[in-house]
Amino acid sequence: MPTKSFREAINEGLRQEMERDDSVIIMGEDIAGGMGSPGEDDAWGGPMGVTKGLMPQFGRERVLDTPISESAFIGCAAGAAVTGLRPVAELMFVDFMGVCFDQIFNQAAKFRYMFGGKATTPLVIRTMYGAGFRAASQHSQCLYPLFTHIPGLKVAIPSNPYEAKGLLIQAIRDDDPVVFFEHKVMYDDEADVPDEIYTIPFGEANVSREGDDATVIAFGRMVNLANEAADRLKESGITVTVVDPRTTSPLDKETILETASETGRVVVVDEAHPRCNLATDISALICENCFDDLKAPIKQICGHHAPVPFSPALEDLYIPKVESIEAAVRELVGKGH
Amino acid sequence: MQLSRDELRTAFKRMCLIRQFEDAVHDEFSAGNIPGFVHLYAGEEASAVGICSHLDDRDAIASTHRGHGHCIAKGCDPKGMMLEIFGKKDGLCGGKGGSMHIADLSKGMMGANGIVGGGPPLICGAALTAKYRDTGGVAVAFVGDGASNQGTTFESYNLAKVWDLPVVFVVEDNRYAESTASDWSVGGSQVGRANGFGMPGVEVDGHDFFAVWDAARQAVERARDGSGPSLLHVKLYRYYGHFEGDASTYKAPGEVEQVKQRLDALDMFKQRVVETSLLDSEELKSIEQEAEKFIADCVAAASTADAPARDDLMTDVYVDYKF
Repeated sequence: MPTKSFREAINEGLRQEMERDDSVIIMGEDIAGGMGSPGEDDAWGGPMGVTKGLMPQFGRERVLDTPISESAFIGCAAGAAVTGLRPVAELMFVDFMGVCFDQIFNQAAKFRYMFGGKATTPLVIRTMYGAGFRAASQHSQCLYPLFTHIPGLKVAIPSNPYEAKGLLIQAIRDDDPVVFFEHKVMYDDEADVPDEIYTIPFGEANVSREGDDATVIAFGRMVNLANEAADRLKESGITVTVVDPRTTSPLDKETILETASETGRVVVVDEAHPRCNLATDISALICENCFDDLKAPIKQICGHHAPVPFSPALEDLYIPKVESIEAAVRELVGKGH
Repeated sequence: MQLSRDELRTAFKRMCLIRQFEDAVHDEFSAGNIPGFVHLYAGEEASAVGICSHLDDRDAIASTHRGHGHCIAKGCDPKGMMLEIFGKKDGLCGGKGGSMHIADLSKGMMGANGIVGGGPPLICGAALTAKYRDTGGVAVAFVGDGASNQGTTFESYNLAKVWDLPVVFVVEDNRYAESTASDWSVGGSQVGRANGFGMPGVEVDGHDFFAVWDAARQAVERARDGSGPSLLHVKLYRYYGHFEGDASTYKAPGEVEQVKQRLDALDMFKQRVVETSLLDSEELKSIEQEAEKFIADCVAAASTADAPARDDLMTDVYVDYKF
């Protein structure tokens, strides 16, 4: 199977869906780049080069560079979705949701319900999240808990290039609005990715490691850290189940509860700020449903309740570490025998 | 270009339906029969009908919190609307939307909107779909003078212009954003703002159906033939408060009555068509009576209709579920 980067996987997923279905259009700031400027056309392909090459293939009619007006173009994408297209809008950094959130949570998310089931809004918002890029406080947040909170939105957080392509194609074909999170430090990560079109269904967790001693539930980039921690622990005879829910809305509660009950020791890893995040949500779910199966209190490993700092020295402290996951599992395994 | 007699009858019927609908909602709300809160369009009928007379089902409109008039003008079923406002299961939106989210996408009515300035970005999307699919459709965003000051509105002016979208922006300036006078709250002029984004704009007497109709014809034709967006600044007046229950103490004493006497959209329409012998008084009278009876039937039906069932709470959040 060919090896592809996260960037290439997303690009290929977009390209194949645009080839298959002419209702798929993409829009965003500098998504091609060079619009109206004297130099190169397709100058950027998005700030990370993810959409490079799509404009030359599909033309400016389907690859739309926008003014820096997130309210207008995210709302426009929602309006185009509810009138029959399948727009994939790129909200460059999820941090910018502050200037267009109304169009997402009050408009796109609610059309179907408010209009009595008569609307479908097949909108995808691709967005970058996460710390580790030295991008400082306004370009490094996770924020997916806020979207997960909103009924009517679906939220996908792929953890590697294979997941990214399959989940993106599913998102584009999905008839509900989907917010699709891409970690900005993962674009060069590589994995085996089939050339063929495939989808990964929403609401079905991936169990990437199976073990008996503890369950680690992690999201997005944190899945890779969890896998690495599991591999290290295995060397000292501790086996760990790693669960990647893939989508936080819908959420595969069944797999989470089953694996939590089986091991009785749970670590939840979420890069987001620690209050009201995915870790607190998953922990509450487990406590409510399988408290009696737990052998020890649940451990939550998260970012900090502080804006993401700029200084590398500080940002490295902010981001959860493989070592912390490993230590949390060891601590839990020492309990409840 | 002239309106045919049939077109005049249809326009008058829709204006009457809106007036009767809003008066009925006012009465029913006062009687405690309607939950929540409602914003009434009475007095502004010439705008919705004058503009929507140029639209058909391939065209889209986005409305405001004051959306009943736009709905009726765009061809939504008043009975389904009344049931919706009463919160009933067979309402236009299954009772889940209510007055502020009333919509019928099959009629190109993309919804009233509870968010001031929520509509213009969405209408750019409807226009983009029409342009991309080459349907010949145009998209009309109604905003009030209040929403004319929102950033979403300005961003949409610019996006519609730079993408050359078939949009008509309609600023319905009823003198007050809630209680605040538009004379005070709007910097510059609406037409000047449009011009600033490179769009033509025109100020229109919104009490005069014929003036609105004519201005809208040009704006809609312009959008439909691919010449891009434009703006109508429609100056009009609302008879009721911002919402039902608003005592309107910000209006001058006698102000509403003065406008009703001099500038009532329905009276002006009647006078014009009778004077020019386009329709006769008897015909107009019978249209008014039919509208009154029909709206009374709508209220009766809404009063006795079933509420949504318990199971309806969790339906239609998504198209497909795994929750």
